[in-house]
Formats: sequence, structure tokens, C-alpha cells
Amino acid sequence: MIWKAAITSVTTKAMRLAIASGKGGTGKTTLAVNLASFLAQENETLLVDLDVEEPNSGIFIQGQPTLDQDVARKVPQWEQSLCTLCGKCPTWCKFNALLRLGDTILVLPELCHSCYACSELCPTSALPMQDMPLGAFRGIKAGKLSFLESRLEIGVEQASPLIDKTLRYVDEHHKAVDYQILDCPPGTSCSMVSATKTAEFAILVTEPTPFGLHDLTLAVETLRILKIPFAVVLNRSGDHDHDVEDYCARESIPLWAKIPDQRRIAHLYSQGKLLYEAVPEVLAALRAIKTKLEALS
Amino acid sequence: MKEIVIISGKGGTGKTSVASAMAYLKKDELVLADCDVDAADLHLIMQPQNHSEDDYYSGIKAVIDTGACTNCGICAQICRFDAIEVKDGSHHVVTLDCEGCGYCFLRCPVNAISIPTQNVGKVYLADTRLGIPMAHARLKIGADNSGKLVARVKRDARKLASEKEKALILVDGSPGIGCPVISSLSGADYVVLVTEPTRSGLSDLTRVWDLARRFDLKTGCIINKADLNPEVRDEIMEFLADKGIKLLAQLPYHDDFTQAIINGKALMELNPEPWNLVFDQIWTNLLKEL
Repeated sequence: MIWKAAITSVTTKAMRLAIASGKGGTGKTTLAVNLASFLAQENETLLVDLDVEEPNSGIFIQGQPTLDQDVARKVPQWEQSLCTLCGKCPTWCKFNALLRLGDTILVLPELCHSCYACSELCPTSALPMQDMPLGAFRGIKAGKLSFLESRLEIGVEQASPLIDKTLRYVDEHHKAVDYQILDCPPGTSCSMVSATKTAEFAILVTEPTPFGLHDLTLAVETLRILKIPFAVVLNRSGDHDHDVEDYCARESIPLWAKIPDQRRIAHLYSQGKLLYEAVPEVLAALRAIKTKLEALS
Repeated sequence: MKEIVIISGKGGTGKTSVASAMAYLKKDELVLADCDVDAADLHLIMQPQNHSEDDYYSGIKAVIDTGACTNCGICAQICRFDAIEVKDGSHHVVTLDCEGCGYCFLRCPVNAISIPTQNVGKVYLADTRLGIPMAHARLKIGADNSGKLVARVKRDARKLASEKEKALILVDGSPGIGCPVISSLSGADYVVLVTEPTRSGLSDLTRVWDLARRFDLKTGCIINKADLNPEVRDEIMEFLADKGIKLLAQLPYHDDFTQAIINGKALMELNPEPWNLVFDQIWTNLLKEL
């Protein structure tokens, strides 16, 4: 048994699973925290909150704090004494983050994408890169569950650089787990793509409303472009499931599980509590998902 | 002309349901702007007939001319976004990873890299089934520059409002606190925060308020599903009182929200009796502040 565990940990790599959705509020976090916690009953599991603009997974996870770390990004800082005012840097910057005002170069850090072009091209090295706050990591350990929260500094416009840094951190520090569960941001734009693009498999969480179905189709389109295989979990399931079911059948998308629409579930969620110990339907859904995941690897 | 922006931080709190119902009651006085350009849903209720459609261009992506490229590898070395890959011995740009900074274009010693402007989506001007003029857009999958697209939709909405002599612009915003939200707040007159009494809802409300306060806007809040968790609701009310945010309304946890979406209606079209009154009160409270 010990030998088997040792061999498994060196020969297999973690299965990286993205929990995503087009629409916000469909239950990504609900599924991510419950699934991660359920898997961690038997397997080393890492849960990563990549919804960095509004991270909420941490509300549901209790354990020992393991990490509390600021994350910085690099932006240029103007060194007046070195600058010859050649005026080229504003023409290089595609993000209008550099302005020349008379004999001053103004850096607008919120527009900077940290590409280093101005800093490395400046003939007199007058734009050295400096740290600017980007966000913070917070880690928690509870039994076989490790949790990493990534939180964007308020006022920072771009979430993707922090998401990329978080996944790099995961690669460096959390290789030796069985599952990596990524709680992704909603939508289909750059931050959702950054969060999902390295996953081996994705679960799209949707709800049986026209809004849920419409945004599901957008998320499906996104994952197909990214060439990431995926399945659907239908949350708030009830009397109106047929539209989502028909869509999944038509598109040959596996529907892995349903979580019923119950006020009790909404109330447990509102309190920041896990569901599967209290709601048998949720436990059954998680068991079904685990079986499907095991079949994948 | 006054611009009212509806945002929530957390997704799924009911922004679009609230926006539709607010719009319904003032359908002769306002213009709608759907600034959730990433996963827009307002059109499912409003059924806009587009009378103009424009491609939207913004930002650049690098393209390598493999014929001119000498495979010196400088671009791959200097790219901070790991967007250059070598396949079959030649260098290519991975478009989804390209940040559009153009640094490789500046550094290429043989000018083998071009940086064409990108078509990142479409913008539409429309009339809705309720006769409300509406500006909306669709961002391409994986595209960045959503903040700029939001700014464009808002500009279009202002133009529509002045053409049609409407006094109000109602903006349905995105979830989160990133670039599209920041862009939707800029130049607004009033922000409505839609929240729900859950631990997540409160946490997200706190963060989105912390962003909105930097714009020095008058702020109101609607607590949706207010009876779901009275304890958290009371914490939200304390937060609102503490920060000087006007409580515009508490809405019940009610199946009408789902039914209205399923039927493609505003809440009061489905069930006039309670919702006309509730949203009339919301407008009264809000306009007093404006």
C-alpha cells in the first residue's frame, strides 16, 4: 500500500480539472468546494480559487493557514536623471501607459501590461521595472485538502496576469497531488481563458434557464476553441431541465450530474457551509462525478 | 442625461432581472446599454431588433511571416507571455497567448513580424420589443479589451439617448471588479449594487463597493433574495448604513425571477401586482438621490 502510494506520486501527475461557466452565479464555487472536499476524503486534492476578482471558495474551507503572500507585478518607473527625453517610449507602448508631458515621462501603471518593451528598449535604461501590488495568495491545509486562494488587488484592471502567476505557483509547489480543482471566473473573455487553458478537463456548471443555456453555449464554444474536453453539471435542476438536456444531447456533451433546486441548498450556501454531508442528492452527484473522473485518468 | 449602472461583484445575484424590470417601468424615458459584453443576457428579455451592426476593432496581435523569418529566436526570448512557439522548425505566434504588446515587432531584426489590428467583437444599435433603444455588443471568445468595448457601448448609448431625447441611460454591467466593470463605472452618475444575503454575496459586495467608491458616485443597493438568510441580510444592512449606501429595496427569494427569465419577460409582465409597486418604489428612491 505504501509502495503503491509512493509509486503513484512519482509516476502520475495531478489531474487538473477546471470548474467553469459562462454565466456568473450558476454554482461554480458550490461545485468546486464540495467536490474538492469530497475528493480529499481519499485523495490528495488541491483547490485553487482563480476567480481572483471575487474569490469565494475560501468562505467554505476551514483549516490551518499555510500561506499569506503578496503578489506583485512589474511596471516601469521613470528615472528622470537617466532620461534624455528622446520621446520614443510613448510610441512603443501599445497600451498608452507612457505619456510625455513637456519634459516629464508619465507612467500610468493601471494601463501597463508588463511587457518590458519600454524598459528593455530604452537606450539609457531610464525605465527600470519595479514591483507594483497585483494581489495576494492565501493557503489553507485541512487533511488531504490543500487550498490556494488568489485575490486581485482592488483597482487593478487585468485579472489574467494574476491567474497566470497563480498557475505557475501551482506548478512549482503543488505537483504532488491527485487532483487540482480550479474554481474559474465566469464569462468567456481573457481571464476565463487564462484560468481554463491549462486544464485537462473542464466541468461547465449551468442552470436550466434561458440565461444559463445561452451562456453555456458560449462557454462550450470557448472550450472547443481551447480543445479542452468537458462535461456539464446542471445546478438548480427542476421542472425545466429539458432545454439544457436537449442541447447537451444534440451537441454530444456528457451531462454528468444534477444538483436539485432546493431552498435548503441555497440556505446552506448562504451560510458558507458545505452541502454533501447534509444533502443526499449532492453526495450522490459528487460520487457520480468522482466515478467519471476516475474513468478519465 | 443621467447614467445609472447596475453591478453586483458576484454573478447571478439578479442584475439583469433588476435591469429589465427597472427598464420596463421607464420604457419611454430611457436607453439601455448591455455592458456585460462577455456573457450578455439582457437581449433574451428585451429582444432587440438591430438596426445597425459594426465590427469592433481594438488592440493588435503579432503575426510572423515564416517566409521572411530567419528563426533567430529573439522574439521567443523576449516575449513575456510565452506566446511564441516553435513548430516544425519555424516560429509561430500562439494568438490566444499573445498580449498584443508589439515588443516582438519592435525587436525583429528582419521585420518578419506584423501587428494587425484585431476585430474583437461586434457592436449593435437596436430597438427592443418594448420600444426602448438599446446599445449592446458581443466580445469574441477569449478576447481582451473588454473595457474598451464597454466604453464604446456606453458612448453609443449616450448618442442614442441624445438623438431620441431620453433623460436616462440604464447600464447592465458585468460581474467582477476588473476592466469591464471599471469601464462601466467611468462617467456614470449613479451605481446600483445588487447583492444577496449569502457569505459570498457580502464578500463580493464589499469588494465591488471598495472599487465603486473610488469613482465618487452616489450608490444604492438592492438586496435580492433578502429572506434567504436574515442574519447575513442584517450584516449587509449594517454595512450599507456604515458606508452611507442607500438601501433601495429588499426583494424576496421568489420563483417569479426564474419564471420571468424562462418566459422572456420582465418581472411585472409575468406578475404585475407586486412587482410594479416594488420597482416603482425603487425608481422613486433612486431618483430622489439623483
